Amino acid sequence: MPVISPLEVQSSYDVVIVGSGAGGGQMAYTLTMEGIKVLVMEAGRMFDPVRESAMFQTPDMAPLRGEKTPDKQYGFHDCSINSGWDIPGEPYTNASKEKQRQFAWWRQRMLGGRTNHWGRVSLRNGPRDFKCHSDQGIGFDWPISYDDVAPYYDKVEMLVGIFGANEGIENSPDSSPGVLLPPPKFRAGELFAKDRAAKKLGIPVVPIHRAILTKIQDADGTPPKLHPNNPKAQRILADNMRTRAKCFFATDCHRGCSIKAAYDSISVHLNPALATGNLDILPNAMAREVTVDQDGKASGVTYIDKVDGSEHHVSGRVVVLAASSQETVRLMLNSKSNLFPDGIANSSGKVGKYITESVGSSFSAQIPAFEDMPPHNEDGTVGQQVYVPWWLCHEQDKLGFPGGYKLVFSTGRKIPNINVGKSFDWLTDREGIAFGHELKEDARRYYGSLQGIGAQGFMPPNEDCYCDLDPEVKDQWGIPALRFHWKWSDYELKQVAHQQEMMAAILDAMGARFRGTPDFSKPEDEIKTAGSIIHEVGGAIMGADPASSVTNSFNQTWDVPNLILADGAPFANTADKNPTLTIMALAWRAGDHLVEELKRGNL
Amino acid sequence: MSTGSPEGSTSPPSTPAPGSPTRIDRRVALEWILAASAAMPFLGSTGTAFAQDKPGKAKLPAAKGYGPDPDMVKAYRPGDVWPLTFTGHQRQTVIVLEDIIMPADDRSPSASELKVHDFVDEWISSPYRNQASDRNLILKGLDWLDEEAQRRGGRDFVSLDAKTQLAICQELAVSAKKNSKEYPGSFFYLMRNLVSGGYYTTPVGMRDIGYLGNMPMAENVGPTPEALAHLGLSPEAA
Repeated sequence: MPVISPLEVQSSYDVVIVGSGAGGGQMAYTLTMEGIKVLVMEAGRMFDPVRESAMFQTPDMAPLRGEKTPDKQYGFHDCSINSGWDIPGEPYTNASKEKQRQFAWWRQRMLGGRTNHWGRVSLRNGPRDFKCHSDQGIGFDWPISYDDVAPYYDKVEMLVGIFGANEGIENSPDSSPGVLLPPPKFRAGELFAKDRAAKKLGIPVVPIHRAILTKIQDADGTPPKLHPNNPKAQRILADNMRTRAKCFFATDCHRGCSIKAAYDSISVHLNPALATGNLDILPNAMAREVTVDQDGKASGVTYIDKVDGSEHHVSGRVVVLAASSQETVRLMLNSKSNLFPDGIANSSGKVGKYITESVGSSFSAQIPAFEDMPPHNEDGTVGQQVYVPWWLCHEQDKLGFPGGYKLVFSTGRKIPNINVGKSFDWLTDREGIAFGHELKEDARRYYGSLQGIGAQGFMPPNEDCYCDLDPEVKDQWGIPALRFHWKWSDYELKQVAHQQEMMAAILDAMGARFRGTPDFSKPEDEIKTAGSIIHEVGGAIMGADPASSVTNSFNQTWDVPNLILADGAPFANTADKNPTLTIMALAWRAGDHLVEELKRGNL
Repeated sequence: MSTGSPEGSTSPPSTPAPGSPTRIDRRVALEWILAASAAMPFLGSTGTAFAQDKPGKAKLPAAKGYGPDPDMVKAYRPGDVWPLTFTGHQRQTVIVLEDIIMPADDRSPSASELKVHDFVDEWISSPYRNQASDRNLILKGLDWLDEEAQRRGGRDFVSLDAKTQLAICQELAVSAKKNSKEYPGSFFYLMRNLVSGGYYTTPVGMRDIGYLGNMPMAENVGPTPEALAHLGLSPEAA
C-alpha cells in the first residue's frame, strides 16, 4: 500500500485519518503496526525531507537573502511550502477588528504537516496541567490524569528520540530512566544566563527537551519495549531507526532534516507505517465533510481532489480527525446532516469552544559581557537548548493569575540574517548611524551580544475564545470558512506583565543594556497575537460529561463513537508546555484503545 | 508540483559497525557529510540579468514572485526569479555608495567585491508588497544624491571627489540617527541596512564577524576555554 491518487482509493478502509502531522502520523503508526488498514488523507502535497530540505544553503543563495515573503512566510529556506497565515483561496475571518482580539491561523499544507516546520520542543504536561479546575479553581479537569498519560510519554519519547534531562522540577515531569537522550552542551551565553539567574534570582536554567537525536537510537533494545509480542512491528521499527543519524550540530531544524536526526512525522511515523503494507497515503485531498450513515455512525469522508477540483468520497469503519485543532473543528462544523444539524458530534454545542493558546511575550537587550567574544561555533542543536521551567508553583496564590510560563533563550553567534548590520546603532554614542570602517568594527564587536528571552504560558479556557463558521465567507472549493472570536482575560494580561518583569530581571542579572527604560505597565501591547505562537489547541475538548464536552477520555466523540479526534482539539487547556508531545502521547493512547475496540467488534 | 516519496532515494547513513569510539565518530561524520551533500545546493551558471538602461519607475514591478512552492535546495542569484531594475548609472552610484558604507580593510573585502549591489537591486525589484516602499525610497534617494552632488560640485555623485561624497554621507548618517524615518536620512538608513545586511549574509561576511557554524560536526564540543574565560566562567561550568 503506497502513495495513491483518488482513482486508486480502495472501496473501504478500517480507519480513515484526516491529516498527516504529529497526531495523524502517530495514529497511522500505532494502527498499521497492529495490522489495521489505514488511509491517511493530506491536504498538501507529498514532501520528501531527505531530498527537499535546504540544510546548508546560506541566505545569499535565496532570493531576498531568504527573508520572509507572502509566498514563504517563515523565510525561503524554512521547509514550509504552500503554508502560511494567509493562503490564497483559503480564507478565515475574525469577528472583531480590534488588534488585541485577532486570532492568526497558521496552516501547514504538506505531508507531515507542522512537524516539518516545528521547533521540536517536547515537554510533558505536568499533573496540575490536567487538573486545573481542582488545582486552581478555573477551567476544567481533563478526564485523565498525568498517570494515565505517563506511559505514553515514555513510549513516544523512545520512538521519536528526545534529548533532555530529568531535573525533578514540580509539574515539569521527569521521564523514566533511560528514556531521554543526552542534552547538548550549553552555549557560552546559556551558561552565563544559568550562572547569573541562579546566583542573583534563584531561577533555574536547565536543558530543554527537543525531538533531536543526540545519540543514535537503540535499534535492538527499543523496539521490543515499544511493541512487545509483535515481531513484525519490532523489525520495521528497528529498520527505520537505523535510517536515522544523530545530529551533526548545524542548520536549523525548521529547514527540515535530511539525515532524519530531527523528528518529523514522515521520517518517524509514516515511513514505518508504509513499511507495514497497511497504509495508503492520499495527498492533495482537502476534506470537506465527515459523512454519517442512518444510524449516526461516521461512514467516511468527502474530499476535494485539489489537483483537478473534483469531489470524491472514501469509506471507513472509523474516521480519525487530525487536521490541526481548528481545521478539525471546521470539518466537524461543516459536517451537517439531519442527525447533526449543528455539525457532527456537536450535541453539546461545544464544538468550536474553549480555544486556548500559549500566552506569549518577549524581551531583548544587549549584554556587554558578550561583546568581543572569542569566535567559536555556537550552532549546537541550532535553536533552543535551555529553558526556565515554571519555578513559582508554590507561590501561585500570590501572583494573581493561574498557571505559569516557561522562558526560552535566543542567544549566541547565530547564522546572520539581513538585520545584523543595522542592530547596533543604539549601542554607540556616535552622532550618526555607523558606516564605513566604524560599521565593520561595530559589527565585529557587537555581533552575538544581543540576548532575547521569550515566554510561553498557560491559558485557562474562557467563553470569549472560540470559533464558528463564517456565515458568508467560503474557500475556493465552496467550503465555509472559520470565524474566530478572541478576548484575552485579565489573567493573561497579568501573566504577561509578570513575564516582562522576570525577563527584564534575568537580563539585568546578566548586566544588560536596555534600549529605553523597561515599562511593564502595558501588557496589552506586549502580549503576542493569539495563534502567532502556533500552539492553539481546544475547540472540541475532552471531558467526563457528554453535556459539557465533545470527546471522552480516549479522544472518542461522545455522539459518534467511531469518530476520533487525534490532534490538539480535545485539549481542555494549554499548559506552559508545547502541545506536540502531548498530542502524540494522546494519539498513541487513543490508537491503542481503538485497536482494542476494533478487536472486540465494538465499532 | 513535485511528488517526492516519503521514502527518499538518498540513502541515509547506516548504523556504524562496532569499533573504537573515535573511529566510529569519524566514519559517521563522513557519512553524515556525504548524506548532507545530497542536500547541498547546485550553483548554476545563470548570469545576472540587467534591465534596460532607462530610469526605474517607482511602482511595484509586474513580475511574479517565486510562488509558495519553490525549489528550496537550488541556489539563486539576483535576477534569476524576477528582472532587475537599476540602470547602468544607478548601479554605478550604488557601487560607489556601498563601498563608502562597507569599504575593504585588512580583514575583509568591500561590499562591491561581494556584489552586494546586485542584492540591493534584487531587493528593490521584488514583486512583493513588503519591498515596495523600499523601492520607492532607494530610487528617489539615488536621484537626490545626484541633485545634491550637482549642487555641491556641479557633477553627479559618482564623479564627485571622494571627500565631498563622504561629507554628504556623513550628513545623511547624522540625520538618520536623529530620525531614521525622515527623508533623505531615511534613504541612507535603508541603503546602509541593505548593504550591511547583504554583506553579512554572504559566507565572506559571516566569517568577518566570526560566525563559524553551518558546518557538520561529529561532536558538539560546547564553548571554547577562551569563550568561558571571556565571561569569567570556569571550565567546570561547561
